[in-house]
Amino acid sequence: MIAVVDYATGNLRSVADALHRAGAEFTLTADPALLRTADRVILPGVGEASSAMAKLRERGLDAVIPTLSCPVLGICIGMQLMCLTSEEGDARCMGIFPTHVRRLAGDTPEGGRLKVPHVGWNTIEGLQTPLFEGLPEESFVYYVHSYAAELCPATIATTRYGEAFSAALARDNFFGTQFHPEKSGPTGARIIQNFLNLRP
Amino acid sequence: MLAKRIIPCLDIRDGQTVKGIHFEGLRQVGDPVELGAKYAAEGADELVYLDISATHEGRRTFTDLVARIAARIDIPFTVGGGIASVDDAGRLLDAGADKITLNSAAVREPALIDAIASKYGSQFVVAAIDARTVDGRWVVTTHGGRRPTERELFTWAREAVERGAGEILFTSMDHDGTKNGYPCETFARLAELPVPIIASGGAGTADHIADVLTLGKADAALAASIFHYNEIPIPVLKQELKQRGIAVRL
Repeated sequence: MIAVVDYATGNLRSVADALHRAGAEFTLTADPALLRTADRVILPGVGEASSAMAKLRERGLDAVIPTLSCPVLGICIGMQLMCLTSEEGDARCMGIFPTHVRRLAGDTPEGGRLKVPHVGWNTIEGLQTPLFEGLPEESFVYYVHSYAAELCPATIATTRYGEAFSAALARDNFFGTQFHPEKSGPTGARIIQNFLNLRP
Repeated sequence: MLAKRIIPCLDIRDGQTVKGIHFEGLRQVGDPVELGAKYAAEGADELVYLDISATHEGRRTFTDLVARIAARIDIPFTVGGGIASVDDAGRLLDAGADKITLNSAAVREPALIDAIASKYGSQFVVAAIDARTVDGRWVVTTHGGRRPTERELFTWAREAVERGAGEILFTSMDHDGTKNGYPCETFARLAELPVPIIASGGAGTADHIADVLTLGKADAALAASIFHYNEIPIPVLKQELKQRGIAVRL
């Protein structure tokens, strides 16, 4: 069973639609017992990091998620909550990935200024792990975010927007993408399929 | 490298696609979900669906349509037209829209931008601004360009951003439907704002789009009829932009 964590941060719809398109059956739930028995867990999320983290805590999920042994995928804020901390609302997060989430500075090497939020299609590079199987370097994915995880040993893909940041992270059975695979056309559909194909 | 976005716009009335020339003389050009899927497959980076239904029935049909679009389309899409309250916005979010555009209602009630942005985030709110020049000054208009307001384009665009709009979609009513190109100097001035600018109204050739993305410094170009009537297919447009050194997603 695939569990999509429903912790009242809003839009689960696009993830649910993407799973439907992939032909996958899933349950929307915030029940720790169901998450423990799931063979895949997806942690979506939109909104603000500290309030999203507070919602995970209210449901006791911040203690459950790091103990899961099945493949877990965090998307956007979901991925950020799996890092050590986030500058957004000064949030202490779940600490699964050994990195910190900071506001995008938007400074270019040439001394220019980029717009923040980073909105639109950008390329991913340095692709590692089976999450990116079958995808070429510099594939385009869709981003909407103002905060990003710093590069670290768990970085499995990078994107440059002024500075380089972690486009995706992985540690053991945990994966996270800063971009939105559910909105990234055929590239995103492949990433979701790759996640569904991971061996538990 | 962040790509410049190419965005086909579909006008919807009573659940069907139409395209207005100067927003008059409406003509039907296809099923909205199928047309959107076709554009997505051709390489559209995003889609915009604008509801121009005049009736309550038409608007309800549109919400159902948004849910069908969300189920089928795997790229971001924005919906707009007649959104006048936080509830309207929430209904479209629930139906699966990634963003909404606020136009006349925001001009009438600017606090609507704050209310929707604080509830659903700035990334969800696109301020759509229509304006025309009157005695050399850009005057914001509402109701499809028919009603001039007291507001000046640049002042209003800045206010919309300060209130929480995450992107600006600007249409020059002087250029819309003419196919003579965009007012690039005006776009370059808007580009000083700290949010992405989507250029709309006036595209007739790939050069026009290249110009607004370079000289006009726009982040995205939105067009309707050149795509609907297949005058410039999206793959052809993107190749031409790439040849001019513009970053596009291919």
